Amino acid sequence: MSDIAIKMEMVNKSFGDLHVLKDVNLEVKKGEKLVIIGPSGSGKSTTVRCMNFLEKPTSGKVSIDGELMTEKNCRRIIREKISMVFQQFNLYPHLTVLKNLTLAPMKLHGISKGQAEETAYHYLDVVGLRDKADVYPIALSGGQQQRIAIARALCVKTPIILFDEPTSALDPETIQEVLDVMVRLAKEDNITMVVVTHEMGFAKQVADRIVFMEDGRIIEEGTPEHFFTHPDSPRVQEFLGKIIR
Amino acid sequence: MGGLFSAYAWSKVWGFRMGFLTGLGNTLLTALLGILLALALGLVFGLMETGRIRGLRVIAGIYIEFIQNTPILLQMCFIYYALAFSGHSIGIVPTGIIALGIYHGAYMAEVFHAGIGSIPKGQFEAAQSQGFTYMESMRYVILPQTIKIILPPMVNQVVNLFKNTSCLYIVGGMDLISVTYSFVTGEKTGGAYSPAYLLCGVLFFLMCYPLSRLATSWEMRLKRKEMAAAVTAAKAA
Ligand SMILES: Nc1ncnc2c1ncn2[C@@H]1O[C@H](COP(=O)(O)OP(=O)(O)OP(=O)(O)O)[C@@H](O)[C@H]1O
Ligand SMILES: [Mg+2]
Repeated sequence: MSDIAIKMEMVNKSFGDLHVLKDVNLEVKKGEKLVIIGPSGSGKSTTVRCMNFLEKPTSGKVSIDGELMTEKNCRRIIREKISMVFQQFNLYPHLTVLKNLTLAPMKLHGISKGQAEETAYHYLDVVGLRDKADVYPIALSGGQQQRIAIARALCVKTPIILFDEPTSALDPETIQEVLDVMVRLAKEDNITMVVVTHEMGFAKQVADRIVFMEDGRIIEEGTPEHFFTHPDSPRVQEFLGKIIR
Repeated sequence: MGGLFSAYAWSKVWGFRMGFLTGLGNTLLTALLGILLALALGLVFGLMETGRIRGLRVIAGIYIEFIQNTPILLQMCFIYYALAFSGHSIGIVPTGIIALGIYHGAYMAEVFHAGIGSIPKGQFEAAQSQGFTYMESMRYVILPQTIKIILPPMVNQVVNLFKNTSCLYIVGGMDLISVTYSFVTGEKTGGAYSPAYLLCGVLFFLMCYPLSRLATSWEMRLKRKEMAAAVTAAKAA
């Protein structure tokens, strides 16, 4: 047992000739709420996707809970430790909401149908969508779909949840309902959250720490306090100036 | 005497009814087992073609291209005679099952490949991010979503396979077409061309048409369900 949930050491990632991540070192403590910000194309998604091996690092190490992640053990580690919420929700369209929530628990975690459904209803309550259990995802608004996606991540009870721009594909009027769920989630001490977002209000409110990426590197990190009052790098100042307006 | 309105010709056909039934039975047996084989091969090679392992992709590509670019009659003869002359004769119906299964399997593989290819990348990623293996993702997440896309071309292959049982003729088959042909050209039985071919055609139609209809109505039902869901969505929004 270590008190580090995620550790990235000298992680590099290239897509062909494109060198996207450059010597990324990052530690996320258990229970920490980490927010990643930075301009488009700076490698935020790739960083987060390296944490659950959706992208395999070209070099460097990723460890989860003190265990070095490899091609071989990554399935088990993902199953036990990490969930992900995507920008495009990626709910399973051929399954009802309830079945979206119970698929992995039943097929991967060996949990009985009754137990899985009980858990599913519990988290549907958490995201305030119990009445949508039997509809198909297509019948839901974007904000509702994303709340279901969050419930799906919660149903497998992994200690780590990754969010890649969870509100960027939403209509402005539904962004808040998703952020509200995430803010509530952030109050849970035992959940480690890594969130890529442009929602600075959210970052200010929940982040224990913020990292700023540019051109495949982490160029500054610190508390929200530090970031929003006196960031060191002029690039961060410029970025925040543009995004906050 | 081979006329369509000749009672004599029809009575000859009636007299040969057991022959037609045997042919029908052989065609059905060949087609049904051939379909199962084609589906199995199609799924396996379709997955190989879609997967991440280069070697398997190459193998699947060779199989598909080779089978699609040589005549089915040649494949049928090859399987039949190659086996017969090597002393492993397996009989005509098994030859038909294997040849048709392999032939249509190549097309089914393309159907599966296209179906899987039409599913957005996000679905694979969602499954992977939950810890599903490649095969588990296929089984629980991807393949169920491909059904409505692959159903029409798949039924098309099934119908073609039914019709292609006629190729068994080349190796002396006892399928419906071969039986009909030997009936109308036979020394003792011959002559009743029009009634015999008409009957043969009607039997094929009765096998193939319901399949096409079933596929169409199934497809319509899936589409209606989707429409209904979309309407609910529009109302909710
Ligand atoms: N699968 C891929 N193949 C090739 N290039 C990729 C791939 N994924 C990302 N890239 C490239 O890597 C760079 C970093 O992408 P990434 O998605 O990590 O950036 P990001 O910071 O998340 O940007 P955004 O804010 O636009 O989401 C970009 O130049 C992108 O085009
Ligand atoms: Mg991104």
